[in-house]
Amino acid sequence: MTMLDDHPSDEASPELEKKAERAESWRGFFTALPTYVYLIVFFVLPLIIITVISFTERSRTGKPVLGEWTLEWWIKLGDPLVRTVGFRSVWLAFLNTAFSLLLGYPFAYWIATRKSAIMRNLLLVLVLIPFWSNFLVRTYAWRTLLDSNGLITNVGEWTGLWGKMLFTEPAVFLGLLYGYLPFMVLPLYAAIEHLDWNLVEAARDLYAGAWKAFRKVTLPLSMPGIIAGSILVFIPSLGAYVTPDLLGGAKTTLLGNYIVTQFKSGRNWPFGATLSVTILALMMVATIIYFRRGGKTL
Amino acid sequence: MTAAVGIRGVTKRFGTDVTAVDDVSLDIVDGEFFSLLGPSGCGKTTMLRMIAGLEFPTEGSIQIFGEELALKPPNKRPVNTVFQSYALFPHMTVEKNVAFGLEMRKVPKAEISEKVATAIKAVHMDGMENRKPKQLSGGQQQRVALARALINRPKVLLLDEPLGALDLKLRQAMQIELKDIQAEVGITFIYVTHDQEEALTMSNRIGVMEAGKLLQVGTPEEIYERPVNRFVAEFIGETNFINGTAVEDDRVRLADGFVVHAISDAPPETDVTLTLRPEKVQIHTRDATDIPPERNQLPATITRQLYYGESLYYEIEIPGGELLDARLENIPSLRRWDVGTEVTISFHREAAEALTS
Repeated sequence: MTMLDDHPSDEASPELEKKAERAESWRGFFTALPTYVYLIVFFVLPLIIITVISFTERSRTGKPVLGEWTLEWWIKLGDPLVRTVGFRSVWLAFLNTAFSLLLGYPFAYWIATRKSAIMRNLLLVLVLIPFWSNFLVRTYAWRTLLDSNGLITNVGEWTGLWGKMLFTEPAVFLGLLYGYLPFMVLPLYAAIEHLDWNLVEAARDLYAGAWKAFRKVTLPLSMPGIIAGSILVFIPSLGAYVTPDLLGGAKTTLLGNYIVTQFKSGRNWPFGATLSVTILALMMVATIIYFRRGGKTL
Repeated sequence: MTAAVGIRGVTKRFGTDVTAVDDVSLDIVDGEFFSLLGPSGCGKTTMLRMIAGLEFPTEGSIQIFGEELALKPPNKRPVNTVFQSYALFPHMTVEKNVAFGLEMRKVPKAEISEKVATAIKAVHMDGMENRKPKQLSGGQQQRVALARALINRPKVLLLDEPLGALDLKLRQAMQIELKDIQAEVGITFIYVTHDQEEALTMSNRIGVMEAGKLLQVGTPEEIYERPVNRFVAEFIGETNFINGTAVEDDRVRLADGFVVHAISDAPPETDVTLTLRPEKVQIHTRDATDIPPERNQLPATITRQLYYGESLYYEIEIPGGELLDARLENIPSLRRWDVGTEVTISFHREAAEALTS
């Protein structure tokens, strides 16, 4: 009783408060309901279906035979061919992430440190402009650039540094870098733009040179942007389909294309399903690492 | 003797039309607690940032103990700053924050940890070495910021409104603590503030700035008792302004032909403004005969009374219709005056100063 007397303003009884809280949580549920239903029907259910399929035998046309269970497809993941495709995909995704970061960081830093807000927004729009046209069309444009007599090929032949790159791994790499660089720049920009520049000044005041101040203060404090950007580039690069399909040859098959092959000419739905579930699991692990490693500070 | 900080003709322009600091020259003595005082936007922070090297002057020279460093980068200057927002590194512990300057100067590890422990103890933050800045209160962050700067033994410590974010009680406690620390380490402090009371209580000398210009430099007493113009008089403490015209023999003619004595350099027949602090005005009965001859007298009428607890304010109308404030300390023998009472007010001839600008 004395507790209540001390807080005469807290007039709502615990009973009423609980009721209000319940009503609030129901309101939240109804707001989110359409999205929940959509995600369950079109995401969770298909996911369950492909997971089930990954454990079934296949018919002669490649379709899953429900009721006949096998671990064959999961064991097949260890095949040398599958491993090569997997490693190549991870390697290219990693390379793409590293170069996106290397190119994206200075660029994002430069945009974020422009004094005029109009200038910053203009530069950001420039980053986004490629999204206004179709990704497929843009990838075909790369084909022209990389093909014999294409601009990039001509420059390479003229300088003697490279030849025709189309249908090779470098072509896929260039395509991926082009396609996913904006996903690196945007979160980096957000992180650098939010930086408290007083901290950099404090570091300079405490005898740090420009580079030391960057390494000790700017870089660690933009880590959330680095992590977010890396996830946003790595994950879609790992599952990329269009870019390797159009720019890579038969020798540069990546996981995305390999999965499509299983469902089409390979006539092996269960193995395609197994590969899909595997990529999904890999991405989930990456995302969890991201949230553990400071995603919370975003 | 060389000044700790010698500033000569320093001007800072941003772009073509903003002049943040306008031709400031100033010598700050070694070991001094010097305050730059002024309203926000007066250029005091820009001046401080130029001494720190975070901003470079457009013109002029800045020397520290005779060494020219107007254009040197901040990391090459023997000064450290306590920032307004403290600017503690959020990703580092208290210990790492304090050690930062020494680490950058490549001091041996053993020496660093010893010095850091001493510095943290000196600001009463021992036991919190491993906390992150977010886990500290404003006052604690303040102490860490101070330790982080002082551990480097700078020749000059720059403080940019360091107490601005603290509540009143804590601010007062920190004022005393800062004063003590300064006396103990003997380092020259340059303290930027917009709080005139803080500047008066803490400083050896004060420089008052307005619109980029340094208006007056002096001890707190000089600034308060002998302001050079209306702005300084009004910005520091409270004051009354009375319009008048200078006449010979340090006298000023007010409305209705009343003439009072004042401190005045103004040539006869120039327009002046008398500044008179409210606490220097006394109120007497209209027919009082015991007013000493060195005090000026004016007939007046009480128009308002405000009770402030420790003091009482009377608003008084003087000849010509101008209103003055008089502040009377609330002592037991204080005589109260009703609104409308006709009285005589008096003030010492050296309490009023004739200003020409």
